[in-house]
Formats: sequence, C-alpha cells, structure tokens
Amino acid sequence: MGNWAVNEGLSIFVISALALARAPAACLNFNCMLILLPVCRNLLSFLRGSSACCSTRVRRQLDRNLTFHKMVAWMIALHSAIHTIAHLFNVEWCVNARVNNSDPYSVALSELGDRQNESYLNFARKRIKNPEGGLYLAVTLLAGITGVVITLCLILIITSSTKTIRRSYFEVFWYTHHLFVIFFIGLAIHGAERIVRGQTAESLAVHNITVCEQKISEWGKIKECPIPQFAGNPPMTWKWIVGPMFLYLCERLVRFWRSQQKVVITKVVTHPFKTIELQMKKKGFKMEVGQYIFVKCPKVSKLEWHPFTLTSAPEEDFFSIHIRIVGDWTEGLFNACGCDKQEFQDAWKLPKIAVDGPFGTASEDVFSYEVVMLVGAGIGVTPFASILKSVWYKYCNNATNLKLKKIYFYWLCRDTHAFEWFADLLQLLESQMQERNNAGFLSYNIYLTGWDESQANHFAVHHDEEKDVITGLKQKTLYGRPNWDNEFKTIASQHPNTRIGVFLCGPEALAETLSKQSISNSESGPRGVHFIFNKENF
Amino acid sequence: MGQIEWAMWANEQALASGLILITGGIVATAGRFTQWYFGAYSIVAGVFVCLLEYPRGKRKKGSTMERWNYYVRAVLHLLLSVPAGFLLATILGTACLAIASGIYLLAAVRGEQWTPIEPKPRERPQIGGTIKQPPSNPPPRPPAEARKKPSEEEAAVAAGGPPGGPQVNPIPVTDEVV
Repeated sequence: MGNWAVNEGLSIFVISALALARAPAACLNFNCMLILLPVCRNLLSFLRGSSACCSTRVRRQLDRNLTFHKMVAWMIALHSAIHTIAHLFNVEWCVNARVNNSDPYSVALSELGDRQNESYLNFARKRIKNPEGGLYLAVTLLAGITGVVITLCLILIITSSTKTIRRSYFEVFWYTHHLFVIFFIGLAIHGAERIVRGQTAESLAVHNITVCEQKISEWGKIKECPIPQFAGNPPMTWKWIVGPMFLYLCERLVRFWRSQQKVVITKVVTHPFKTIELQMKKKGFKMEVGQYIFVKCPKVSKLEWHPFTLTSAPEEDFFSIHIRIVGDWTEGLFNACGCDKQEFQDAWKLPKIAVDGPFGTASEDVFSYEVVMLVGAGIGVTPFASILKSVWYKYCNNATNLKLKKIYFYWLCRDTHAFEWFADLLQLLESQMQERNNAGFLSYNIYLTGWDESQANHFAVHHDEEKDVITGLKQKTLYGRPNWDNEFKTIASQHPNTRIGVFLCGPEALAETLSKQSISNSESGPRGVHFIFNKENF
Repeated sequence: MGQIEWAMWANEQALASGLILITGGIVATAGRFTQWYFGAYSIVAGVFVCLLEYPRGKRKKGSTMERWNYYVRAVLHLLLSVPAGFLLATILGTACLAIASGIYLLAAVRGEQWTPIEPKPRERPQIGGTIKQPPSNPPPRPPAEARKKPSEEEAAVAAGGPPGGPQVNPIPVTDEVV
C-alpha cells in the first residue's frame, strides 16, 4: 500500500501511477510556458535590440528560436504521453476500486463520500465497471474531456508539422497549428474540477494518519479517527501559461498593427527562371545586412505570412526581396503583381502588401575583418546579395574608412539558372570595380556542382573566350566541389598575419567542413594567419 | 508542388495513429485491464497500419497509385479503428485513425495522385567513373620541386577544370531555405 501520509490520498490506489502522472504534468506546465515564447518574433527583436551591450554571440542564440520551439514541442509530446499512460492506469484502478474489484482497503476508501457529510476521495463516483466505467469518466469529467481534446489537438499539430508537409503544403501546417489556441484553453481548465484529492488541513489535525491507518473499519466510530475529509487541489497550470499567452497575444496584435502600415511597391522586376524581385518602400523601415522580413499579400491569402531574406543594402532608399515561384502563394503573388502580363502595369494595379520585420541578427561581423571568405550554397547566396551591395556602397562612399580590403566569394550551386539575378549583380560589381581600377577587391568563384557530359563539352569548346559561357562574367565558372584545403592554403599564403573571417550560408555538412578547415589552416601563435569560422550566421 | 496535399498529411496522421494504437494496446495488455484483448487487437492493428503507411512520399521506383487506392485506405482505416474504441486506453488511437481515414477520403474525393516529390533534376546521372581525367600536369613536366600549386586565379583560368579528383558529388548541395 502507498504511504498515504506523504502522498495525496489517491496514491493509495495507484502505487505511484498518480505520482507518475503528476511529474510530467509539472514538466508540462514548464514546457507549455516556454513554447510560446520563441515564436514571439517581435519580442525577440526587441530583446535583440535592447541587448546591444551583450556580445553578438549571445544575441545570435536568439536566431535559433525555431529550433528551441521544436525541442520544447517534442518535450511536450513526450510528457503528454507519460502523463496519459499514467492516468490510464490511474483511471482503470480507481474504477476497479469503486466496483469492488480491488483490495478491501481501496474499496473502503472509495466508499468515502457516499454518505452525508463525507467528501469523496475516489473521483469515480458512479459504479460502472470497466471498460465502460473508464470511458464514462473520460466523457463526463472535465479533466477527461479536456484531456482527450487537447491530446488530439497536439497530435494533429505534430503530424502536420513534419518537414514534408511544411515544404509542400504550407497552408495545412499553418492553419492546423492554430489548434494551439484550443490546446491552451483546454490546458488552463484541465484541472478546474479538482479531482485530484488530498486530505484537508483541518482533517489532518483531528485524524491522525499513523494511528488510524490500520483501523479503517472503525473510522467515525472511535474518537481519534473521525472520517477524514478531502478536497481537490486548485489548478496550477494557468499560473504558468497566462503570462506567455498574454505575450503571444501582444505579439499577434503588434504583427497586425505592423501589417496595417502602408507598404508601397515601387518596382517589380521579373528575372529569368521564375524569379521576381519586389522593390518596396515603407515609412520608418530600417534594415541591416543579412536580415529577413515576413510578407503578406491579402489579395493572395488573408492570413499567411512568408519569410524572405532582404536582398537590398541598407544604403539604398528602398528594400527588396527576390522571390522564387515555387508554390501556390508565390504563384498567386506572381499573378497579382501582373508578372504574367506583357504590358506595363500601372502603379495602382499593384497589390497591397504587408511587411513585418526586419528580423534576424545582422551580419555586421563581416565588416570587422580585413579579409573575408563568403561561402553561399544554393539559395544560401541570397543574404550575400545584401552584404555585397552594402560593402560596395561603403567602399564607394568612404573607401579609406572601410576595414574590409578583400573578399573571397564562393558560390556553390547545382546550376545558376535560379540565381541569374545574382549573377547580374556580380557582373555589375565586376564592371564597376574595373572602372575604379580595383579589380582585385572582390574575387569570386562559382562552382557548379551538378553538370553533365554535354555541358562539359560545351565548356571545353568555349574555354578560351574572355567571358564565361555560363554567367557572362570575366572570372570563369568552375565545376564540381571546391578543394577547400587548396583554397584555404592559397588565401593563407596571400594574407599572412591576418584574421580572416569565414562566413557560410549553406548546409550543415559544409559548415563542418569549413569549420575543420578553418581550424587546421590557422596558425597556432597569436601572430600568423587565423581563420575564424562564424557558424551562427544566417 | 501544390499537387500533393491531403494525402501526405493523411499518411503522416495514419502513421502516428498506428504508433498510438500500439502504445495504448501495450498499456491495456501489460496492465491486464478489463477486456484487455481489445488492447491486443490494438497492437496488431497498429503494427499493420504502420507497415502500410510507412513508405511515404519518396517513391524511388516512381510508381503511381491511383485515386481508388485512397478510397480503400479510407474505408480500411475506419474499419480498423472501430474495435479499439471499446477501451479507454486505445480510444485515442481510434480517434486519430478515424481522422486519418477522413483525410484520405478527402484526398480521394479531390482526385489526388501519388506523385514523387523529388524534383526531376536529381535524377540526372551523376558523373562517376566514366569521367576522362585530364592530366593535371601535361608534358613537358618541370622537376618535382617546381611543381608548386599555382595561385588561386591562375588555377581557375589555366586548369579549366577541377584541380584533381574525379567529378563526383559527395556532398549534394541542396536548396536549403534560409
């Protein structure tokens, strides 16, 4: 038998199944408090701004908010599973005790509350045997109903949040995720019926548990053991979650208010291979390099916000994003902006756009090195558009003040088609640098990692031409994967005794490679070349 | 890409339901609850559903399954879920599988097809052993100590190709959304 002096009365029946249910419940309180916080992106922006005193490394942790959100979600799933399983045992045994299918002690305790002036201990009051008894409890008790409903919501949220669903049909993920509203409301009232019972303080004063434990048949008949009275514990969960729920409500209000701010599309540019560029202006919009914004187009979808990296530099008087047309929403935007039409579109025909942001830790670190290696893989090249443009503007305005003297840019992609616009940018920079007689400032290498025999023949034939046959740039395109060891050694030999920053936007495997190369090619002493790999960028 | 919608979610939901049925079934059977044989059924049904639903999304062979298949799945899942509804331990599995059945029905009614989600370019054959490796140092070859690595720009122009090694792509460069 459980020690009923220490635990709540119900543990008598369940020999730690109740404890096993209450432990994850406590963890769930904590986790449900945490889960809402990482998705309050405006709050995070505020924290980022106000923690300007802290180092960038600290602030960069705020960029991993979604990873944290997912981790907490998995914890909620795990604890919910343990909690549910423990309560399944709990309910089964409580119902059994009620229908006299248990040891006499439990049966006797279950009968408390049947007579007048008694408070019940076992929450199964009706004598319905299992399995109907359990099912009956699940649909009549508030804790049962809310428990089943919110667990179902949780399961639906999780199954619609897998990577494949998020990628291929974002709307299902987004709308299903809003079941969290039902989840939190259900969670707050889950314990309201107070069916977890414990002996009241007054009863404990008059009913000595150590003495009376053995004399259950005499309770109420002898002086030192009156019938014990029980009361339910007040619900605690709401205290944990009401704060974050309020913060999240504020976050949604802020997003709504920001979305009402006027955003004007000043220019729409169609690039080849299903990419469009939107140049926009918004009053009071301030951005930094490497940040991203969320965009909503009510004409396409009233509720959806989609993130895009900013491709313009802070020095420009507009901000721009490049959008690849890959799904329903982007296609809708394509059509709404009139990109499918040939004739010139009047400004008033352009759709209304709402913008939230900018978010993300700025990549100011790029400017604090003399020499940098920038590596962009595939679509990861997008934030570099902003950086390169900004570097260029800074160089034009005040070259002497700019600490950055040399950029080595590596662009790895399967094919450059999707990023023709970026190749155009490089072409522009190339020609402008030639004009200023500083062709060596930016050296870039484009690696096509996917190519076939016919392409190879084509390249071989056109090898000697001045401009590259793929990109039209003066620096030739390279094929396959870069030999990082060579690259690092070459750069190290050309810039001895310098700190060289290495920045990557690309897959994890590449991050590990570059990190290792940075370490192995750095010299050990304080003098000598050092490669510093900035892992948390982007 | 907008083609694959409900069926994919139905697949995920059914897979999760299978796991929940197995878990609920184990609880009922191990705890010897009243009428625990429903729990035993739930384990078997859960395993069956998991095996049915596990191959998801990635169609390596490229075979397509037609719409009628989704009707069959919808009905099958609905029937499988009913016996588990008699026990509290497994009723969550019933609810989840019934929802999955509903989503499959929706997919069937909308006339969806199971198409591979991998984009076409990945099926391009990778250049492996068939590459003809050009000599990296054509004759006349200078003595060994003069054969240093050229600077970065010269390598790019002169070599006209990768400095060494066959053209395989050990690390596929994927279009990861930032």
